[in-house]
Amino acid sequence: MRTRFRALITFLILAWPATAAAQGYAGLGSTAEGFALPERGTALQFPRDHSPHPDFRIEWWYLTANLKDEDGDPMGIQWTLFRSALRPGDTEGWASPQIWMGHAAVTTATRHTSAERLARGGTGAAGVTPAPFSARIGDWHMTSPDTALQNLFLEASGDHFSYSLQLAAQTPLILQGDRGYSVKYRDGQASYYYSQPGYRATGTVTLDGKETSVTGKAWLDREWSSQPLSPDQTGWDWFSLRFDTGEKLMGFVLRGPREGFTSGSLIASDGSTTPLPPGSFTALPQAYSPSGDVPVAWQVQVPDHGIDVTVRALNPDAWMQHSFTYWEGPVTVHGNRTGSGYLEMTGYR
Amino acid sequence: MLVTVQDLWKSYPGQPPERAVLRGAQLSLAEGEAVALTGESGSGKSTLLHLIGGLDGFDRGEITVAGQALSALDEPGRAALRRGPVAIVFQQFNLVPSMTVEQNLALHARLAGREDRSWIKALTARLGLEGLGGRYPEELSGGQQQRVAAGRALAVRPALLLADEPTGNLDETASAAVMSLMLGLARETGTAVLLATHSETIAAGLDRRLHLSGGQLA
Amino acid sequence: MRRAALLALLSHWRRRPLQFLLLVTGLALATALWTAVQALNSEARSAYARASAQTRPLELPQITAEAGYIPIEAYARLAREGWRLSPVIEGRWRSPAGTVQLLGIDPLTHPPLAAAAERQEGQDRLPGLLSERGLLVAPPGLAAALSSAPMGPEIAVSAELPPGTVLTDIATADRLLNRNGALSRLVVLPGQPDTLPALRRIWPGLALNAAGSSTGPEALTASFHLNLTAFGLLSFAVGLFIVHGTVSLAAEQRRGLFRTLRAMGLPQRSLSALLLGELLVMALAGGGTGILLGYLTAQVLLPGVSATLAGLFSAPAGNSLSLRADWILAGLGMALGGTLLAGSQALWQVWRLPVLAAPGALAWARASAGSARRLAAAGLAAALAGAAALLPGGLAGGFAFLGGLLLGTALCLPLALHLATRLAARRAHSPLAQWFWADLRAQLPGLSLALMALLLSLATSIGVSTMAGSFRLTFTAWLDQRLAADLYITARNDAQAQEIRLWLEQRGAAVLPIRSTESPFRGAPLEIYGVADHQNYRENWPVLTAAQDAWDRVAAGQGVLISEQFARRHSLTTGKMLSPLPETSYRIEGIYSDYGNPKGQIILGITELDRLFPALPATRVAVYASAATPQPLDGALREAFSLPGSAMIRQSGLKERALAVFDRTFLITRALSLLTLAVAGFAILTSLLGQWDRRLPQLAPLWALGVSRGKLARLDLLRSLALTSLTSLLALPLGLALAWVLLKVINPEAFGWSLPMHMFPKGWMQLFILAHLAAALAAAIPAIRLFRLPASHLLGVFAHEN
Repeated sequence: MRTRFRALITFLILAWPATAAAQGYAGLGSTAEGFALPERGTALQFPRDHSPHPDFRIEWWYLTANLKDEDGDPMGIQWTLFRSALRPGDTEGWASPQIWMGHAAVTTATRHTSAERLARGGTGAAGVTPAPFSARIGDWHMTSPDTALQNLFLEASGDHFSYSLQLAAQTPLILQGDRGYSVKYRDGQASYYYSQPGYRATGTVTLDGKETSVTGKAWLDREWSSQPLSPDQTGWDWFSLRFDTGEKLMGFVLRGPREGFTSGSLIASDGSTTPLPPGSFTALPQAYSPSGDVPVAWQVQVPDHGIDVTVRALNPDAWMQHSFTYWEGPVTVHGNRTGSGYLEMTGYR
Repeated sequence: MLVTVQDLWKSYPGQPPERAVLRGAQLSLAEGEAVALTGESGSGKSTLLHLIGGLDGFDRGEITVAGQALSALDEPGRAALRRGPVAIVFQQFNLVPSMTVEQNLALHARLAGREDRSWIKALTARLGLEGLGGRYPEELSGGQQQRVAAGRALAVRPALLLADEPTGNLDETASAAVMSLMLGLARETGTAVLLATHSETIAAGLDRRLHLSGGQLA
Repeated sequence: MRRAALLALLSHWRRRPLQFLLLVTGLALATALWTAVQALNSEARSAYARASAQTRPLELPQITAEAGYIPIEAYARLAREGWRLSPVIEGRWRSPAGTVQLLGIDPLTHPPLAAAAERQEGQDRLPGLLSERGLLVAPPGLAAALSSAPMGPEIAVSAELPPGTVLTDIATADRLLNRNGALSRLVVLPGQPDTLPALRRIWPGLALNAAGSSTGPEALTASFHLNLTAFGLLSFAVGLFIVHGTVSLAAEQRRGLFRTLRAMGLPQRSLSALLLGELLVMALAGGGTGILLGYLTAQVLLPGVSATLAGLFSAPAGNSLSLRADWILAGLGMALGGTLLAGSQALWQVWRLPVLAAPGALAWARASAGSARRLAAAGLAAALAGAAALLPGGLAGGFAFLGGLLLGTALCLPLALHLATRLAARRAHSPLAQWFWADLRAQLPGLSLALMALLLSLATSIGVSTMAGSFRLTFTAWLDQRLAADLYITARNDAQAQEIRLWLEQRGAAVLPIRSTESPFRGAPLEIYGVADHQNYRENWPVLTAAQDAWDRVAAGQGVLISEQFARRHSLTTGKMLSPLPETSYRIEGIYSDYGNPKGQIILGITELDRLFPALPATRVAVYASAATPQPLDGALREAFSLPGSAMIRQSGLKERALAVFDRTFLITRALSLLTLAVAGFAILTSLLGQWDRRLPQLAPLWALGVSRGKLARLDLLRSLALTSLTSLLALPLGLALAWVLLKVINPEAFGWSLPMHMFPKGWMQLFILAHLAAALAAAIPAIRLFRLPASHLLGVFAHEN
């Protein structure tokens, strides 16, 4: 099994930067294999852009939620649908080059359990349709009665967990970066990126056979691109933080041999967004997990906006060990702001 | 007494009690005593010997051999009797055709777990079987074969030798020679002998003589 | 005590090494043939298992559809309801290297298969499999043959695939097999949710097959292996006759020894235990030798069996035999069990042996007409039991009937021979002739077991050769009908096929397209052929039964013709409706014979087939030449279209190939029946040699009365031949009955076709001559001994007589 998974990660994730580096993409708007490239200034259109973009290599519908159970204990859930294209475009049937991968997880301070689903495109077993909105893989699904993702209904299950959540957006959609054009590196790699950081969530979570009702906040990220990483980049640390002040902070560090590339945005409680230029957002590891391989406490600072907080993992062992391995889990925020959020770290294992 | 037979009745299937082979036979035999058993053909001499040897069961009465009551013994117990105090010599020699003279001589002693090589060697010499050890029974004359059979029985040093017309198949000269050898050896070793025969000459040479007639001994 | 007794018992064998050799050899022969068959079966089974393990996760349940294909929508529905599945598209693919089994999996979700997971030259298979061009992974030989076409899929080699199997991505398989997404089966992955909606409620017509259930080669080849096993068992039974004979003889000969030992104080129980031990040791010795012999025999037979399995069933089979615990232990078990069975009578007699009985009386020799009558009654009962087994039908019932018939007749043999010799004795006039027949009758009990073995093997040989011969005659005639075209052409592509067609039609030839596809029907593969409406089919097709205007209705796309085995398997008759594919329905217009094909087959009009499967390649055509056609046609075509030789098959070549496959199928059966005859001949030799000791006292008086040793020897030889002749006479009707059962009961059950029976008197004569030669040879050894016997030995009989 391991061999196959390693093959999958090699193929789907790590092989890209190498090919991306080898191509002269500048100005052509496409990769050598014919994938489309994000272009600055392209206006995102909704609900169209909630749907898949099969001409781009990779895309995701990424939802995380910080919840509290009946006892008031913190809990996090993850619901992610990845789309990955072998070739640009799509067709019906088995010849479709689209591959779908779902990840779902439930995390408490002491428990982290997750599951993965894989499916081929073109078959109806997995995919995203716009009206009404529906993203699904197998029986996991994220559906909306509307086309604006104002309300979402979310379900997923694994060997040890299942959850069912209703989400209602409190704020408008946020376009990240330059009106949705999010630069990922100095060399110009970029993605289209928008978010809905302001869902209120209610529902039930069953963990190890025990059902509990939950309430909390959820955050949806939508991103698609064709060349997300530069060959010398080793991984990223990605933060989505929700302060009790009503502000929200999205920031990431793309680690490399040189100084890490950082970017992000600060979202005011009214939904107005301030992009953070490279270097404006910083995150420094403060403590490592007991196994020593991943930071579980960070000092996050945005000096321009007076933010200086410590971000601590609710459960240091929130590893997602499936077709590729990464760390994804809920965090608590302390310092000159308090709050909660989600942290994603790749490239440590 | 080595052997006592009391009120022994034996009939074969289909025989009414009044025609039974043995009808209340009585007998006692002291240790070392040589007794001849005479009677008409079919008078039951062989039957009596077989019963004393535990080869067959009887209807009524009792036989004791070396203090053991035969009626109380099961088949393995009676078989053990023949590996103990009793040895039998048959008219048909009953040598094992696929074994050499030497092996035949030692067979009973080995079965009884009492092989005495020097005694067997002495027996071989006394019975005039020297040099024939490697031969097979079919290569021997009748007299030689019966000497092997007698030697095989004596090799276990039995307390009682039951001999059923052992020389009935031999001519008179051979018969006399075998008989005198056998009885001589029995006497020397203190073996009691019960010998069924229809030869007056042989019967006359023994300590005592019993006649079987009408199913009873006299 | 036991040691001394054992040595005494064993001394018998030391003095009679030949007898010992016969016993062990008999046992070895019996075990050898049985083991050979089991080794072959085991090898084949393991090849299937290997193939299965390499191509399908047997430990997981699978979902299949009654209609054959699972629509892609059904898969999507199941997945959305929570079923965790891995889709598979598989089927027969006409590759550049011939027809192969194409297995298309989804490598992302399918349970690990070595052939998909292994790396080649540091490269993972996955990118290649998922690439647009596609990747075909094939076993070494096949990979070389699948030379990569410029635009076709890439080829990779894997030793982890069974012969004739190509692994690829599901998308590639979908494309190559023209499936339009329809799935062959769904692997049910581990870790299903606790509550799943029932399959039928989600999509009717789907069936969940438990883990380990298979529609692989095992299902198709089961009858072939059952056939082999039946023959192995028959040989074993014949061999046991030898063992029974020798063990009984040895018990008789040692009766005196047993009594002596008992008289010297060996308890009855110990004696029986020793004899049982002796028997078991000999069973191990004979069984061990037999297993070795069987291994060697199997090695000789294996290539033929493999070729048959590959040719007839496309089943994978290796060409090397490995030692396997299953058949070695089974062989030893059979040897032990068989020896105990064969020796049980003798052991029982010893157990009941009174220590005092009139010595020298031989139980066999006393066996009389009375016991022969009892045997015959038992035989009759066995035959009736067998006939009763026929009633519920089925292959096992057919074999049970055969077993009952054979055993029953064999048991009747002593009585038949007894009556025959009595009749002959009455008609004999000269004193010597009268003695001859009387003596013959007296010898019967001792020889009857060997003669039963001879009867069985002769009848089997007649039955099998009659079946094979009948089949071959029918098959040849059928081939002539079925392969009526002069030339079969496979063009490079549809366009070339069209050119060839025009070219040929301009030259007066009739060119008919051949299109076919394969689709599962109720879990088994079904071949669907499309035929053009042409006089050649109407005149030549080997139709067994047909409705009026059958061909018209087939051509109109309303009717279908079905093969005999397909009709039998699903109890279909002319006039019934058949829906071979979802949303189709045709009236069955007729049934035709399709020998040698384990798969079901149906014929549709070609327009109808094209409607159902629009993308089928149209590269194959059948050519019917006329007077105007240039000759030789294939040479002219090769010149005009530079067609490779492999693209054209002459009718004669095709027939040859078909007959070769056919002959291979029966090669094993014939070899086994001849070996059985050899075992029977050996049984006669054993019995005659066993009688030797008792013969002398019977012959000596005649010698004393002035019959020379030479004449006595000749009479002994004659005796053996006379008995063989009598047995042969009985074997003929039995063999024909056997052939009838094979043709009319076993064949329809095992293969799905019934066959007319033909007679082959020439073959029977050859067999009888062979049997008599064997009997004469077996009798010659004792006869020569008798002839050379010094007079003193005969005299000795009188000297020793008591």
